[in-house]
Amino acid sequence: MLARLRSLARSVVPPLLTLALVICIWQAATSSPGSGLPSPVAVVQETWQLIVDPFYDNGGIDKGLFWHLLASLKRVAVGYALAAIVGVAIGVLVGSSIWAMRALDPLFQVLRTIPPLAWLPLSLAAFRDGHPAAVFVIFITAVWPIIINTAVGIRSIPEDYRNVARVLNFRGLEYFVHIMLPAAAPYIFTGLRIGIGLSWLAIVAAEMLIGGVGIGFFIWDSWNSSRISDIILALVYVGLIGFCLDRLVQLLGRLLARADAAT
Amino acid sequence: MSNHYLSLEHVSKSFTRGDRTTRVLQDVSLNVAQGEFVCLIGHSGCGKSTLLNIVAGLTPATEGGVLLENREVYRPGPDRAVVFQNHSLLPWLTVRQNVSIAVDKVFRGRMSRAERRDWTLHNLELVHMQDAHDKRPAEISGGMKQRVGIARAIAMRPKVLLLDEPFGALDALTRAHLQDQVMRIHATLATTVLMITHDVDEAVLLADRIAMLTNGPAAGIGAVLEVQLPRPRARLDLVADPTYIACRGAVLDFLHRRTRFVEAA
Repeated sequence: MLARLRSLARSVVPPLLTLALVICIWQAATSSPGSGLPSPVAVVQETWQLIVDPFYDNGGIDKGLFWHLLASLKRVAVGYALAAIVGVAIGVLVGSSIWAMRALDPLFQVLRTIPPLAWLPLSLAAFRDGHPAAVFVIFITAVWPIIINTAVGIRSIPEDYRNVARVLNFRGLEYFVHIMLPAAAPYIFTGLRIGIGLSWLAIVAAEMLIGGVGIGFFIWDSWNSSRISDIILALVYVGLIGFCLDRLVQLLGRLLARADAAT
Repeated sequence: MSNHYLSLEHVSKSFTRGDRTTRVLQDVSLNVAQGEFVCLIGHSGCGKSTLLNIVAGLTPATEGGVLLENREVYRPGPDRAVVFQNHSLLPWLTVRQNVSIAVDKVFRGRMSRAERRDWTLHNLELVHMQDAHDKRPAEISGGMKQRVGIARAIAMRPKVLLLDEPFGALDALTRAHLQDQVMRIHATLATTVLMITHDVDEAVLLADRIAMLTNGPAAGIGAVLEVQLPRPRARLDLVADPTYIACRGAVLDFLHRRTRFVEAA
C-alpha cells in the first residue's frame, strides 16, 4: 500500500510542481497593469461562471463549454470512426498487395502532407454545409497515418506466421482474423493514436472557420469579443480532452490485446 | 508410379534473382516408407531447408515433384505438419490456443468442441506441457516453445511430420531431452518423420536412415546410410555400441571428407 502510494507520488508530484512553477512565472509576467494577457488569478475570476456552470444553454451559440466540447467531440467521433474503418481497410489492401501499394502509396505520400485546413474550402464547396465539411476534414486528416501504419503492420508480418497459416490452410477471412489482425494490431493502434491526435488538432481549427457550436468556434468568438480569459480556459479543456482521447485509444488497444488472451 | 509412402522424385530447385539463376538442389530422389524416421543431414546452406519446404509445399520445386501416397504435393497442408526452426508460435495466443487453433481448423466438423479441447490437451500432455497451457510464448523457455511447436504439429495428425532443425537453437541438455521426447512420440504414434539436422549424434540417434546431402550449389543426396540399431534406443547404451560408432563415423566421414572433396572439385 505504502509502496503503491509512493510510486503514485513519484509520477504525480513532479508534473504538479512544474505546473505550479509555470503558473507562478505566468502570474509574475502578467501582473503589471499594462499586460496584454490576463494573469492566472484574473482568468479564474473572469471565467468563474463558465467553470462552475458548463451546462447552461441560452439558445443559439450562447451555451456552456460542455455543449461546445460535446459538439466538437461528436464531429471528431464521426470523422474519426470513418477514418478508422476506411484507413484499416485500405491499409490492409496496400499492405497485402504489392500492386495496390505501387499504385496507391505514392499518391498517399503526397496527399498526407496537405495540411488539414487546406481541405476545408474544397470540402465546403462539395458539401455546402459546415457540419459535414468539418467531419470530412477530420476524416481526411486522420485517415493517412491509419492507412500507412496498417500497411506497414501487414507488410511486416513475419514469414513464420504466414507459413504457419499456409500449413493450416488459412485463407481469406480466417487468415485475416487469426493472423493478420492480431499480428498487425500494435501497428494499427499506433496509427489510430496518431490519427486521434491529428483529428483533435484539426477540429479546433476547422470550427474556427465554419462557425456554429463547437470549441473551435467558441475560441474564435471569444477572440472577437476580446474575452481572452475564456480563450485560456478553453485551451485548458482542449488540452485535457486531447490527452484523454489519446489515452482512451491506447487503453482500447491494451484491452483488445487482453481480450484476445481471454478467449 | 511408385509404391512408397512419401517419395521425392528428381527434385531440382533454382532461384532466380535478376538475370542470375542459382541451382540449389539438383536431382534429389528419396523414398520414405510409412512410419520411417529419415534424417537429412548436410552443412549449413546446402539447401536442406529448401528441400523440406518443397515437401511441405511451401516452396514449389523447379523440376521434379513430391508424392505422398501417390498423390502429388503442390501446396501446403496439415497432412504435412511442419515444426519450424524458430518455433513460430503465435505470440498473442496462449500455449493451449496455439495448439487449439490448429486442432479447430483441422478437425472442425469431425470432432465436437469438447473432443477438440480434449485432443488439444492430450497433445500438450504428450510433450509434457499440460501445466503451462495458459502461458504466452514469451513466458516460456526456448525448449518449451519448441515442445509446443511439436504438439501443434502432431495434433494435426499429419501423414508426415516435417522437422526443420527444431533443436538447433537449444542447449545440449534441453536438446537431449527433446530428442528423447521425439523418439517416444515416434514410437507411440508411428508417424512418418522427415527431419533436418546438422548434428551427427542427433541423426544417428533418431533416424532409421540418414540421407546425406552434398554441399551446394546444386546439392544432391550423396549417400544414404541405414542405421541398424534396434528400438527403443537408449542414449547412454549407445555411447559404446559398435554399430552406433560405425554409423557416426560414416556420417562424419561423409561430411568432413567427401563433401570437402566435392567443394574442392
